[in-house]
Amino acid sequence: MTTDSLAPSLLVEGLAFAYPDGHQALFGVNLTVSPGERVALLGPNGAGKTTLVLHLNGLLTAGAGDVFVAGMRVEPERFPEIRRRVGVVFQDPDDQLFMPTVRDDVAFGPANAGVRGDELTSAVDRALESVGMLEFADRPPHHLSFGQRRRIALATVLVMQPEILVMDEPSSNLDPASRRELADIVRSLNVTMLMVTHDLPYALELCPRSVILSGGVIVADGSTRDILLDEDLMAAHRLELPFGFDPRSIPVSN
Amino acid sequence: MPSPHTHGHDVGERLLVHRHSPVHHLPPEVKTVAMVAFILIVVFTPPQAYWAFALYAAMLVGVAALARIPARIILPRMLVEVPFLAFAVLMPFFGTGETIQVLGITVHVAGLIAAWNILIKGTLGVVASILLAATTPARDLLLGLERLKVPTLIVQIATFMLRYVYVITDEMGRMRLAREARGFQARGIRSWPILAQSGGALFIRSYERGERVHLAMLSRGYTGRLPDLNTATTLRTDWLLALCLPLLALPIAITAIMVQR
Repeated sequence: MTTDSLAPSLLVEGLAFAYPDGHQALFGVNLTVSPGERVALLGPNGAGKTTLVLHLNGLLTAGAGDVFVAGMRVEPERFPEIRRRVGVVFQDPDDQLFMPTVRDDVAFGPANAGVRGDELTSAVDRALESVGMLEFADRPPHHLSFGQRRRIALATVLVMQPEILVMDEPSSNLDPASRRELADIVRSLNVTMLMVTHDLPYALELCPRSVILSGGVIVADGSTRDILLDEDLMAAHRLELPFGFDPRSIPVSN
Repeated sequence: MPSPHTHGHDVGERLLVHRHSPVHHLPPEVKTVAMVAFILIVVFTPPQAYWAFALYAAMLVGVAALARIPARIILPRMLVEVPFLAFAVLMPFFGTGETIQVLGITVHVAGLIAAWNILIKGTLGVVASILLAATTPARDLLLGLERLKVPTLIVQIATFMLRYVYVITDEMGRMRLAREARGFQARGIRSWPILAQSGGALFIRSYERGERVHLAMLSRGYTGRLPDLNTATTLRTDWLLALCLPLLALPIAITAIMVQR
């Protein structure tokens, strides 16, 4: 059970997967994410992005290849540990928030790991505080706005202090203000992150590095800026910048 | 319509009447056991022991007073009972045997007693349930069932129903708008196939959502049980206080049964 502090947060090696109906979604994916990195996973619809995400915490089992989280191989005996370390935020917060109140929902993960009492309460409060939703702790999720529910969905995985945060389409269905608020939260977190997205400006804003998954393999891996500016690469994989958006007009940060 | 005294947030909250009373503060499993025991005792009481039912009713009035739930909240909620009473109303007019005249109408005594039996036992049961629902949030009731060792699968199904009933009714509303935006109007039997297809589509969507929810649960370490997050422990005095209700009702029922023999 030792974890090597020098090991990459996420290491995917030769991952291939076919669904039971014979449809093959992944054809040998290789990907390394180092601690502290924020990486955007780009790709057209049907490229296998969600399939890849479901392998990262063992919800799908690879036909070939391996996934390692902080040096630990994803295999059934380690699922409880792996699922604590890989925080997946799903696209629809109504899928992620299934308990009757916000507090119960955020507590679900750590409670499954055996945390109880004051320790649980303070962990839940901290996670809700970090997404600015502490005052809604005792509300049922149904009556909150979509953006608020997405922030709570984020809190439900942050509470487990994951090694790597995996967000599936974090900006989808958000109004511009909610989108910006979520970006502010993500920047403040300082965690390793893999962000699956179609929102290319969001990828540029939050992730210095991007990879493109297309046809079940990683076809590009580099700085987000370089990838977005490579018109031939983008066109070959059905990726397009939104109208009027030019990455060159954005000053290089850092 | 929820009354202004309820917080109409959620299915679980709609029936709850916020108060700080000894009844509200009792642990949920204790109240559930007390209510079920009380109802069973009421059901076993012979219908002709009219005085016993008066005492039971007085006990429920006592609980309502202790919980500070006013009659104007309880009475409208008792309307849920009405469809069940429709049958009871008809009973005195059918049957055989001894008859009496009431306001010039001939009614059968056996039927009258049977109708009274349904009416009073149903009403007492409904009022007891209303009091339980008004003093206990729905999620605490579920927690109580879990503690009473009700199969966890059933408790979880009820928990998810509580969470998703609005998500699914919203989805149903969107499907209705989508139908009507394209000129559909539900008129008579000819629109049934369309409505049936919408129902099927809603089922598929809900089923697929169920699969996604399950994945989200597994991602956070779900192993088949929902964690019991309420750390409050149930005291012996809680049990004593709650069981006052059935323990007072029991001698009444026993006496009633003895007297009727």
